[in-house]
Order: sequence, then structure tokens, then C-alpha cells
Amino acid sequence: MKKLIQLYVSWFKMGLFTFGGGYAMLPMIQKEVIEKYHWATEDEVMDYYAIGQCTPGVIAVNTSTFIGYYQAGIPGAIAATLGVVTPSIIIISIIAGLITNFSSLAIVQHALNGIRVAVCMLMINAVLKLGKGNIKNKIGFLIFAVALIFAMFTKVSTVLLVIGAGIAGVIFSRIGWLKKNA
Amino acid sequence: MPKLLLMFLEFFKTGLFAVGGGLATIPFLREIGVRYGWYTMSDLSTMIAVSESTPGPMGVNMASYVGFSQYGVLGSIIVTLGLILPSLIVICIIANFLEKFKEAELVQQIFAGLKPAVVAFIAVATIDILVTTLFGDYTFSTFHWKQFICLFILLALSKYKPKLHPIWFIVASAVVGIVFAF
Repeated sequence: MKKLIQLYVSWFKMGLFTFGGGYAMLPMIQKEVIEKYHWATEDEVMDYYAIGQCTPGVIAVNTSTFIGYYQAGIPGAIAATLGVVTPSIIIISIIAGLITNFSSLAIVQHALNGIRVAVCMLMINAVLKLGKGNIKNKIGFLIFAVALIFAMFTKVSTVLLVIGAGIAGVIFSRIGWLKKNA
Repeated sequence: MPKLLLMFLEFFKTGLFAVGGGLATIPFLREIGVRYGWYTMSDLSTMIAVSESTPGPMGVNMASYVGFSQYGVLGSIIVTLGLILPSLIVICIIANFLEKFKEAELVQQIFAGLKPAVVAFIAVATIDILVTTLFGDYTFSTFHWKQFICLFILLALSKYKPKLHPIWFIVASAVVGIVFAF
């Protein structure tokens, strides 16, 4: 029971302070899930993101379900997932009910523009850290670069890119250019 | 069929078929609005604006908003549950499967290819938010120097205080955004 409450509260916090969706949640996940509670390693979180990317649903929700499931089975998955969506329900209900012109208020715009700068900083640091941990050789860098170019400059769906990267992983591993876990 | 149940089912369907995170839900929401007339396209753009400017995963915020607009807090809860239920089921199945096969060589090889690709996706998301924050958009016609200075300071601060929780950076930069009218 204690574990379930811990999962709920921790994901509530992550939901409450994530602005901009799944990827922007990563710095918060690094802090709460990886460093504070040791619910998963950075490696595992990357796996969950990859899977969350090509399975249906919101990525943040998918990631919370994964972590919760491995900590406490289906009850854990439910606790973590409900935790991550509760702030949305509360905040949206308040704003939709009371402040209909919320997003056009000047103070909200200024605050959001400020928050966006923090999100930039947090994500730059997260990407540098992840790059160091997950791109360990030339082939890894090649996959990174190709995926980056496709995701940045083409309309190829992320699902296809994930599948392509998976196939590349198998091929390069089989011919011995990519070591396991590298 | 009672309208609330219908809404639950429509959002369940969205959660089941919208692959790739919050933005992927928008075409589904458009279709639901057109088909049932629960909200107009102008309501939808308000909902998107509010969902983007409040914390939490965007898809979840959208579901909460649509539910609230029709049935208040109850609607908000029911519709959000509809959206996340497919993820919860699908991810629990995959998590269970992954637990059994994660040592399998093939699975390891696939993930070896996926990890660098996921870093690339996060890098693209980071570049996107960086460009939006500093230049407004990809035309690079404006330069927000206040944000640039703030980002520089935040990056330096995060090197100096790497253990500080991301929440503090977010709160502080919201305040800075308001004070300096970003």
C-alpha cells in the first residue's frame, strides 16, 4: 500500500510540473524515478520511451504505466497512471470552469514563456546526459544521426523510424558492429 | 446510448489508435467534434491553447477539457479514464511480455538500435522548443534576447547546482518570466 501511495504521489508531482508533453517530462523522470526512488535505470526509461513511442496513447501515460507495473504489478500501473493524470483533471476543471480566457491572459503568457526557458535548459541537459549514456560507438552515433535527420527534416512517422532503428540494431549486432547494451 | 458512455467510448478509441503522443490526438478530437457537435472547431482551438498552457500531458488535458465542457468534473474524470485505459491495458501486456523476454538476444539487439534513435527524438524535441523559445519560430525573424540571457544563466546555474530538483527551476523561471514580461 505504501508503495502504491508513493507511486501515485510521485507521478502526481511529475504530472503537475510537466509543461509540453512526454519528452519534456524526461528531466522530471530522471530526478524522481531514476535518482530519488531508483524505480528504473536510465537505460530502462529509454526502452519505455521507445515502446511508448510506437504504442497507442500519450507517452507520459505509457511511461508511468510501465514504471508502476514493474514496481507493483497492475495495481502499481493503475496508481502511477492515475497519479500522472489527476493534476490535469483538477487544473483543467478549475480553468475551464472559472477562467475561460486563461490562455490569453498576459500574466499566463509571461509565466509560460519563462517556464519554456527552464524546459529548454532541462532538456538540453537531459539530451547531453542521455547522449553520453546511450551513444557509445560509431554505429550508435550513425543511428542517432540518421534518426535525427529524418525526424527533423522529413514527415516520416516516428513509428517507422523506431521500427527502422530496431531493425538496424539487429543487423548491426549480427554482423558484430554493435555490441549488446551499447 | 447515454452521451457520457458515448464520450467514454470515443476517447477510448482515441487512446487506442492515436500513436505518438499528445499531438496525435488532435485529428481524432477534430473528427469527434465534427461528428457529434459536442464542441465547435473554435472551442477546439481554445482547448488546444489551454492544454498547451497548463501542466500535464497535452492529450490528457484535452480529454479533461472536453469531458468538463459537457459534464463538469464527472465528465472530466470519465473522459480522461477513457483516453488512458487503452494505454494501461496495452502497456501492462507489453511490460509483462518484456519482463519474460528482456534477456533474449533479439530483444537486446533491437533495443541497442532503439536507444540512439530515442536520443535523436528527444534531441529534435529539444531543438524545437529551443527555436520556439529563442526565435518564436523557424523563420528566425525575431530574437528574444531576454530569454537567451535567462537560458544562459539557467544553464550555468544547473552546472553549479546539479542536484536541484527541476521543479525549482520551473517555478523560478515562471516568476522571472512574469517579472521581466517575457
